[in-house]
Amino acid sequence: MIRVQLPYHLRNLAAVQGEVEIDVAGPVTQRTILDALEAHYPMLRGTMRDHVTKQRRAFVRFFACGRDVSHESQDAPLPPEVADGTEPFLVLGALAGG
Amino acid sequence: MSKVRVLVGTRKGGFILTADGKREQWEVSGPHFGGWEIYHMKGSPVDPNRIYASQTSSWFGQVVHRSDDGGKSWETVGNEFTYKGDAGTHQWYDGTAHPWEFARVWHFEPSLHDPDVVYAGVEDAAIFKSTDGGQTWSELPGLRGHGTGPSWQPGAGGLCLHTIIIDPTNHNRMYIAISSAGAFRTDDGGNTWKPINRGLRSDFLPQPEAEVGHCVHRIALHPSRPEVLYMQKHWDIMRSDDAGDSWYEVSGNLPSDFGFPIAVHAHEPETIYVVPIKSDSEHFPPDGRLRVYRSRTGGNEWEALTAGLPQENCYVNVLRDAMDVDRLDSCGIYFGTTGGQVYASADSGDTWKAVVEHLPPVLSVEVQTLS
Repeated sequence: MIRVQLPYHLRNLAAVQGEVEIDVAGPVTQRTILDALEAHYPMLRGTMRDHVTKQRRAFVRFFACGRDVSHESQDAPLPPEVADGTEPFLVLGALAGG
Repeated sequence: MSKVRVLVGTRKGGFILTADGKREQWEVSGPHFGGWEIYHMKGSPVDPNRIYASQTSSWFGQVVHRSDDGGKSWETVGNEFTYKGDAGTHQWYDGTAHPWEFARVWHFEPSLHDPDVVYAGVEDAAIFKSTDGGQTWSELPGLRGHGTGPSWQPGAGGLCLHTIIIDPTNHNRMYIAISSAGAFRTDDGGNTWKPINRGLRSDFLPQPEAEVGHCVHRIALHPSRPEVLYMQKHWDIMRSDDAGDSWYEVSGNLPSDFGFPIAVHAHEPETIYVVPIKSDSEHFPPDGRLRVYRSRTGGNEWEALTAGLPQENCYVNVLRDAMDVDRLDSCGIYFGTTGGQVYASADSGDTWKAVVEHLPPVLSVEVQTLS
């Protein structure tokens, strides 16, 4: 079971509180986590990455085990601590704007 | 007894204001979708309890909500707006070619006949249509593809398609407006489009009377005379008596003919309203006095409406989609400001009252008249 922390606005949009737990099939990567998230919470489609290109939205960042993995390959394996549920996968909105 | 429901989109959420036909006591609900920009909310004329809302943010993109109970509850519907075919390019601010990129929905226009049909005007400028209540969206590519699209250039607010008007007597005819490309018309339900900008003059253009490139801020019509169009352009109030084939200026005695919204009285097709703004460089009312101007002659002769509006130290703006009218016997006029006020007049503009005063900056105001 993968743990995911969503930012405030996406938690509201998905009508969830606290962390989300999802099953991910196959290797645990940014892409497979987002695929599973969007399958379970279709209202999140398009809010973290583009519908078509699957590119991360510019003001959205991904963290794993205290490390910014936003610029790493979407298909790179995430740390084992994320894969085994010890650590959450973090989705963040950039600190920008007013 | 009739009721009025006012849908207010703001920089930080949506608000719904309701009152009975007297329009004296108002209930305010919201913020709906707090913290998000709500560019526009609009109800179906066929089923007024069906309301579409455009929720957008630079962080999380576009979300579309639909309510089927008058805004009491909402569900997310489709938010995938993909340009058809090769998206191509338009001009960037510096004149270079820039790929068409979807940013947000500026305006929803529900069908006059079918609650499941709704049009969306988006940035970068295009028109999309849904026939399933907003679940899926399909571009009407004839607009971008009619030929002049590659020369369109964004205005300060982006290359936005902000106005969609369906002819109430001929639903195959629609008008749209784009900043800053101009006005366009379809006569075949959106398959093909043509620019309708003859008579417009924009001195910032290399060719001031060019076919496209005009920064049209808003168009309005009265349902009983759908061939008569009124336009607030960047500068100039314009009028067409032939469905946009030609335009002439009716700015007349206004203190400034720069502004954003324009609206038509519900029962008097020659009575129109604008809110003059000092200039394209200073987006606030002239002399710090918030004045709505009314013409009862279809333009040229204007009177200032000031009763109940601040007449000193007022430096707000009224954006293009932030003015509307109700259809009660004594026509109500409503507008919202970038200072967070929503003003209402229940007597065609003679007197005004602030319904709310401290909302976030108001982006849009739509009025539903309910039986």
